[in-house]
Amino acid sequence: MNKQRRKFLKIAGVSALAGIGAPALIKLSSSSAVASSGGQEAAAGHGAATAAAGHGAAVEAPQGVRLGMVIDMRKMAEVPEQLDNAIAACISAHNIPEFPDKKNEIKWLWKAPFENVFLDHSSYHSSTRVANTPFPALCNHCDDPPCVRACPTKATFKLAKNGVVAMDFHRCIGCRFCMAACPYGARSFNWQDPRPYIKKYNADFPSRMMGVVEKCNFCGERLALGQEPACVEACKGTGAITFGDLNDPQSEVRQVLDNEFTIQRKTNLGTKPSVFYIV
Amino acid sequence: MIEKTLKGKPAYWIWLAFLGMFMAIGAACYIRQYNFGLGMTGMSRDVSWGLYISQFTFLVGVAAGGVMLVLPYYIHNYKEFGRITILGEFLAISAIVMCMLFIMADLGQPMRALNVILHPTPNSMLFYDMCVLLGYLFLNILCGWVILTAERKQVKPPKWIYFFVYLSIPFAVSIHTVTAMLYCGLPGRHFWLSAIIAPRFLASAFAAGPALIILCCIILKRVAGFDAGKKAMNKIVTIIIYAALLNMFFVGLEFFVGYYSNIPGHKFALEYLFFGIEHHGHVYNNLVPFMWAFVILAFGAIGLLASPLAKLKDNDFFLGLGCAMLFLAFWLDKGIGFVLGGFVPNPLHEIVEYVPTANELAITAGVWATGFFVLTLLYKIAIGVEHEIE
Repeated sequence: MNKQRRKFLKIAGVSALAGIGAPALIKLSSSSAVASSGGQEAAAGHGAATAAAGHGAAVEAPQGVRLGMVIDMRKMAEVPEQLDNAIAACISAHNIPEFPDKKNEIKWLWKAPFENVFLDHSSYHSSTRVANTPFPALCNHCDDPPCVRACPTKATFKLAKNGVVAMDFHRCIGCRFCMAACPYGARSFNWQDPRPYIKKYNADFPSRMMGVVEKCNFCGERLALGQEPACVEACKGTGAITFGDLNDPQSEVRQVLDNEFTIQRKTNLGTKPSVFYIV
Repeated sequence: MIEKTLKGKPAYWIWLAFLGMFMAIGAACYIRQYNFGLGMTGMSRDVSWGLYISQFTFLVGVAAGGVMLVLPYYIHNYKEFGRITILGEFLAISAIVMCMLFIMADLGQPMRALNVILHPTPNSMLFYDMCVLLGYLFLNILCGWVILTAERKQVKPPKWIYFFVYLSIPFAVSIHTVTAMLYCGLPGRHFWLSAIIAPRFLASAFAAGPALIILCCIILKRVAGFDAGKKAMNKIVTIIIYAALLNMFFVGLEFFVGYYSNIPGHKFALEYLFFGIEHHGHVYNNLVPFMWAFVILAFGAIGLLASPLAKLKDNDFFLGLGCAMLFLAFWLDKGIGFVLGGFVPNPLHEIVEYVPTANELAITAGVWATGFFVLTLLYKIAIGVEHEIE
C-alpha cells in the first residue's frame, strides 16, 4: 500500500514537472522564438546598409525596409523653435506624461548638448553654433539593438517589416534590463501611474500603466496610416529632419546621406544606429 | 522532519518573532509599493536599478558560496566537512529565496513575472539566470533533504543522489557567472563591461558565503550546542582568506586598467566610487565612505583571519569578528558599490545619485528577515536531526 502510494506520488510529480516545462520547451523549439533574434533574411538586409556605411564588412545588396532619419543641425539651428515644436508634437501624439521632477521623467525625444549626445566626438573648441544649439536625442532604432537582446520576455523587439524597434507595453514585466542595456539612455520607466500627468489625452494612442518601460517608436502608429512621424511633420519645410528607407537608393533620406557627411552616436559599440546627424 | 521546527526554547521563538516583525513591516511596505509603483523607491530614469537588484546580486554569491563546503567534502573526500555541508546547502536555499523575493520586489509588473517562462527568450541573460537559480534551488532542496533523511535513519544516502550533488557544483558556479553576465554583457556601461566581473563575483562569493557559515556555526555552538569542529572551521578560514585575497587582487586589476590606460570611461566609475567626482561645479561622493569602509574592513578581516587570534581554541570572538567584517566588506563592495556605481555616469554623461527611501529600506529589511527566517527553520531541522542521532 505504502509502496503503491509512493509510486503514484513519483509519477504524479514527474508528470506535473513535465506539464509545467512542456510549454516552455515547445516555445523554445518553435521557429518563431529563434526568429526573435532578427528574422534571418531581414537581419541580413538591414545589416547591409550599415556595413557599407563604414564598418568594413562585406557589402551586400540591401533587402527589405530599414527606416532611418537624418537630422540636419544646420537647419535646426536656423529655426530653433522647431525642435520644441517637434518635442511637443511627440508628447501629444503619444500621451507622454509630463512630470515636474527629473526622477519620474519620461522622454522619447528630448534636447541635450552636443557633448552629452556625442560622447565619442570631441567637443574641445567646438564651433559656437554647435556649442549653443541643443541636439535632439531619441531612440536610434539600432539594427543590432542591445535592449532587444536583453529583454527576457520579447516585450521589445525589432519589426522585420521596417527595422523599427517596438515595444509591447502589455508584455513588459518592468525588469528594466533594457534600460541598463541601452547605450543611448533612450528608455524611460513608469515609476508611477502616468495618467494624471498627461496634459492632453490623445485617444488615438494608448496611454501606459505604471511599471512598464517606454520609448520612441518612430511613430509606428502614424506610419501605419501613411503619415510621417510627428517630429518630422513638425519640422516640415525646413529640411531639418529627413525620414525614410535607408535601404532604398531612391529615397529622400538616401539622397541626403549620399551628399552629406553624417555622424551617428556611439558607433564603436556595434549597435548600428538608424539615426544620423549632420553637425 | 518538519516537525522539528515546532519545538524550541523561548529564545528560538523570540528570534522568529523578531524576524517576523521585520517581515510584517516589509510586507506592509511592499503593499504600498505595489499600489503606488516603484516611484516609492529612490530609483530614477538614470539609476534604474537600486538596492533590490544589488542585494539580489550579492545574495546569489552567498548562495554560490555554499559550494566551498560541498566541493571539498564530496570531491576531495575531506571528512571534516561532513557535519556542515548541510549548513551550506540550507544557506543556499534561503539565499535563493531572498534572491527571488528581491527580483519580485523589483519588477514593475510582478503579476506578469511568468512571462519569462511563457515567452522564453534564449538571447536574454535574465532567462538563463532564472533557469540556473531555479535549478540550483531545486538541487539544494533535493540533496539537502535526501542526505539529511538518510542521516536521520543512519543509513548511507542512496547512490543516485550523488549525481545531483555533483551536478550542484557546476550549478553553483553557473548561478554567479550568469548573474555577472547580466552586467558584463551590456555595451555602453564601462564599469560593468569587464571580463573580470564573473571571476571577481565568484571570488567574493567564495569568501562571503563561507564567512556567513562560520558565523552561523559560532552562533549554533552557543545556542544549539552544535559544534562544527575546530579543524573544519580552520579549513574554511583558509578558503575564505584565499578567496578574499583573489577578490581584492581583481579589484586592483580594475584600477590598473582604468588608471594606466587612462581611458575616461574605464576610470570614471572607479573615480566616482572611491574618490568622488566634481561635475559642473557639484561634488558627487555619496558612495565614497562605503567603498573605503569596504577596503579597510576587507584587509582588516583578512589580517585578522590570518593571525593566530582566529585559531584560538577556546575563544571564537576574533574568528567571528573577522568573518563578520569580511561579510560586511563584500556586501559593501557587491551589495552597494558594484551595481550603483555602474549607473554613474548615465549614457549621456550626466550624474544622478541614488538614495533609497525608507519604504524601500523596509522592504529590503523584510526580505533579509524572510531569508533568515527560512534559514533558522532549516538549521533547526538540521541540528535537530544531528541531536537525534547522537
